[in-house]
Amino acid sequence: MTSYDAIVVGGGSVGLPTAMFLAKEKLKVLVIDQHASCGQGQNKAAIGGVRATHSDPAKIKLCLESLRIYSSWTETYGGDVGWKMGGYCFPVFREADERLLKSILPIQKKFGLKIDWVGPDVIKEVVPGIKEEGLRGGTYSPNDGQVSPLMASYEMHRVAETSGCEFKFNERVQLITTDKSRVSGVKTDKAHYWAPVVVNAAGAFARQIGQSVGVEIPVVPESHEAGISAPIRQFLGPLVVDLRPGADGRSANFYFGQNDFGAVIFCYTPSTPFCGTDRRSTSEFGPRIAQRLIELIPRLKNLLVRRVWRGLYPMTPDGSPIIGPVPDGPEGLFLAVGMCGQGFMLGPGVGANLASLIVHGRPLIEEDVLKQLCFGRDFHAGEEALK
Amino acid sequence: MSEFRIRTHPILDVPKVEEFTFTFNGEAIRARRGEVISSALFANGIRIFGHHPKDSAPQGIFCANGQCSQCMVIADGVPVKACMTLAREGMVVTSCDGMPGLPAADRPVTFGEVETVETDVLIVGGGPSGLCAGIELGKLGIETLIVDDKEELGGKLGLQTHAFFGSIDDCFAGTRGHRIGHILREQVAQFDCVRTWTGATAVGVFADKRVGVQHRSRYVLVHPKVILISTGAREKNLAFPGCDLPGVYGAGAFQTLVNRDLVRPTDRLFVVGGGNVGLIAAYHAIQAGIEVVGLVEALPRCGGYKVHLDKILRLGVPVYTSHTVVRAFGKTEVEGIEIARVDASFKVVPKTSRRFKVDTILIAVGLSPLDSLLVMAKEANVPVVSAGDAKEIAEASAAMFSGRLAGRKIAKMLGRRTFVPQVWQPLMETLRSKPGETRMRRPKPRDLRVYPVVRCYEEIPCNPCTQVCPMHSIRLAGDSITALPTFEGRCTGCGRCVSICPGLAITLVVENYDPKRRRALVILPSETDRGALFRERTITTTDVEGKTLGEGTVIAVKRSPILDKRNLLLLEVPYEQRLDVAGYRLQEPAEQWDALGAESKDDVIVCRCERVTRREIVREIRRGVRDMNQLKAVLRTGMGACGGKTCTELIERIFREEGVPLNEVTEPTNRPFVTEVPLSLLASVEEDDEE
Repeated sequence: MTSYDAIVVGGGSVGLPTAMFLAKEKLKVLVIDQHASCGQGQNKAAIGGVRATHSDPAKIKLCLESLRIYSSWTETYGGDVGWKMGGYCFPVFREADERLLKSILPIQKKFGLKIDWVGPDVIKEVVPGIKEEGLRGGTYSPNDGQVSPLMASYEMHRVAETSGCEFKFNERVQLITTDKSRVSGVKTDKAHYWAPVVVNAAGAFARQIGQSVGVEIPVVPESHEAGISAPIRQFLGPLVVDLRPGADGRSANFYFGQNDFGAVIFCYTPSTPFCGTDRRSTSEFGPRIAQRLIELIPRLKNLLVRRVWRGLYPMTPDGSPIIGPVPDGPEGLFLAVGMCGQGFMLGPGVGANLASLIVHGRPLIEEDVLKQLCFGRDFHAGEEALK
Repeated sequence: MSEFRIRTHPILDVPKVEEFTFTFNGEAIRARRGEVISSALFANGIRIFGHHPKDSAPQGIFCANGQCSQCMVIADGVPVKACMTLAREGMVVTSCDGMPGLPAADRPVTFGEVETVETDVLIVGGGPSGLCAGIELGKLGIETLIVDDKEELGGKLGLQTHAFFGSIDDCFAGTRGHRIGHILREQVAQFDCVRTWTGATAVGVFADKRVGVQHRSRYVLVHPKVILISTGAREKNLAFPGCDLPGVYGAGAFQTLVNRDLVRPTDRLFVVGGGNVGLIAAYHAIQAGIEVVGLVEALPRCGGYKVHLDKILRLGVPVYTSHTVVRAFGKTEVEGIEIARVDASFKVVPKTSRRFKVDTILIAVGLSPLDSLLVMAKEANVPVVSAGDAKEIAEASAAMFSGRLAGRKIAKMLGRRTFVPQVWQPLMETLRSKPGETRMRRPKPRDLRVYPVVRCYEEIPCNPCTQVCPMHSIRLAGDSITALPTFEGRCTGCGRCVSICPGLAITLVVENYDPKRRRALVILPSETDRGALFRERTITTTDVEGKTLGEGTVIAVKRSPILDKRNLLLLEVPYEQRLDVAGYRLQEPAEQWDALGAESKDDVIVCRCERVTRREIVREIRRGVRDMNQLKAVLRTGMGACGGKTCTELIERIFREEGVPLNEVTEPTNRPFVTEVPLSLLASVEEDDEE
């Protein structure tokens, strides 16, 4: 049987939860991924931070849903996703950063998020060993947290499968097929599968998938490097974001956290984006991130770095995801693309909403809020404050 | 405490070294200058170093080669590998019990710049192949940097106290491995264009064609035009109940302890694996005064050279072919071993098991190339060549040739006009070849006053006996160096053939020792404790394969005229046994151990770093997992400090046992770093007063 109710292209951070929620709605779902198993694209490159403390209402709402799903995973589905509610902390050393963070607090509070500006003493408490010189305080949102992308993708795959979802790995989708104005399925390098609904959750490769049905999706991959340490005894609760650019002139903000297992995971945003799909590590990353980490928390100098890697950020022009159907495009085609490096934290929220939209014709959150992320929006209207 | 140190050794010099004290869990430990922490601990009778954070399992030495991290301890507040970290006076070392904490060192630090070093050639690994490549490049004046993670260049040559095979001219046959290491080091040192860094670990090759090197307490980027990967091999592993107990470790780790660091880690051990590594390890153990209770080999015959096997059989080591290790006993460390017979499909035959009391089990089930840097270099599109074991597992003599070939090849890549002598490639292939046919021959009496008996029955690449005979009376029975040597002609009784034979397979018979022909004198090679032979006077003689013949009387023990530390044993034996006496027995078979030891758990640890069991892996495979990366994600196999070096092959084996062909299994992704790097080094933190 090669006929399904829905086909999800991509079994990663976004495709997996989407497929899982569709299958939970009793749809006959097929997931196709070019890798050998789930989460082997950019999912495993994610550092696992999950926060609702954005400034964009749609992202706030979607991530609140993600937080709800991840934090209650064990009681709902039985397995372990490595959830650690350690919060997020943005320590601040510059006046401009203080102004920026304080300016978005009202909207964050409007949505009921637990976040506040705190003084240096609180920051020093939640980020032990942080340098004191110039520390003005920062924001702290204790209800945000971290999840293991590796464990989460395994778990979602498991739950999706037990809900009847089928998976095809090591298979590459070449094009979406249409019948008149509707999608009819997908063609891979191995077979043709039929379905009236196709979800493009192909991450960094979303654009090519769209092009096969003449839909030009403005998603371009950039890459960020990351690394992980050997595990140490828990000492750091929150995921820490340092908004300052690096003294090296090559890195913008950087962020890190200690995961549930004890390892410290870290990453920085290059000041000039690396474009393309190259995922090989560079010699530049290790020394640069090391100096930034130790500059902020000197005691981190004794960490042992175990592994480094590079993952892709599927970027949109305005830094926000594209979620929903394609106006004027083939009917039955849905996009869940352009997560701009936040696919892991947005994934479950996106998946749950998209499944609801596909099955019930309306998302879980307010329709007009999700519309802000629609494909037809003006991509050059402005960027989100905290990408 | 000094009872775990080797104070005299038949082959190795025991130099006088300054001693000092550090503490381990508050206890004073005497260490020798230049010694790594793990060896100092073993020398003081400590072999449980800490406990695993997951299940508090005792942890100790496993690879002794910087590849795993089972020997992790906390030295002056920082987690380090005990096998790679030099002990220092006054150092405070503690067990790593559970997860290490981060010391609250909160003083701001200053940073230096990461230095980038340009070189034409970077050689990763200064063992036999790396050094030989370096010598070839040095001769051509090519800028070369050799990095090696150990304190001394030479790789595993330093552990090889036995004489090498091959030919004298081409690969130092008849010279002991550790001497060869010395010779190669001296040759390399002659070239100004060849720089060498010891204590330098290459940790990754990056997309921008830089190689990250942790050189002692700094991190350097090396930018080479060509890389040679001569990183050698890692020891393969075996998973059985109790395999994770302290006391089970690699044969190479054992040789490091015994031959490099002169530590006697045990009095009684068992060897698993009858390849050359296992056979030689058993021999080295006996030389260090350690009883080898037995050796198991799963195949019907040992895969190593027959001369190596015969050496240990003669000394009295029981060799159990078609047998396997069933389990190691012990609560917190090894107390005993259970072995059993296996059938043709390697299944244990019921009711054939036997147990022995030992405290150490050496795993010698083969080697696999250490090639993750090779993969990374290829991904980075850096011109790269590999040599030695990193390319193909073979004897060190072949590795030397492989290095020489690689050196010339690299010179060509750099546009130099050079040539490769035509004979090199075939010679290397020969040195690399597996042993050929075995043809036993009954020794013939000769109508001579004195003559050699050559017990070289297996085709291996070796010919020193033919090269040292002043009368040219020993010749190979063919053109190839693997042909068997035969004696024909005259003999002066000089004993040079007895002296040099790496296999200790030649004896001299003195026919006219006793005119009445009741006794004869046999001159045997000996490499065990010289004093003991004198003391005993009467020793048990054996035939070539260790069968007891009778007794012999030691008349004299003479130094070999041409091979250092080899003795010639002048033994008076009954005349009729003169052709058969090939050696002497040193140890008697150990009794079986009927007492039931503490049973180790049935669950077999496969991934040592993350303590993942076979049962867990089987469960995932049966659930449909075919991607090793997914196994990593769910079970953390290969996510530990060693990066899957130890467990990957074991897991592949489990896949096969579960009926999954390996072409359906996706290999784990390989990323830098190959060993963990302290963040302070990556950051070029400048030394501050705190340190």
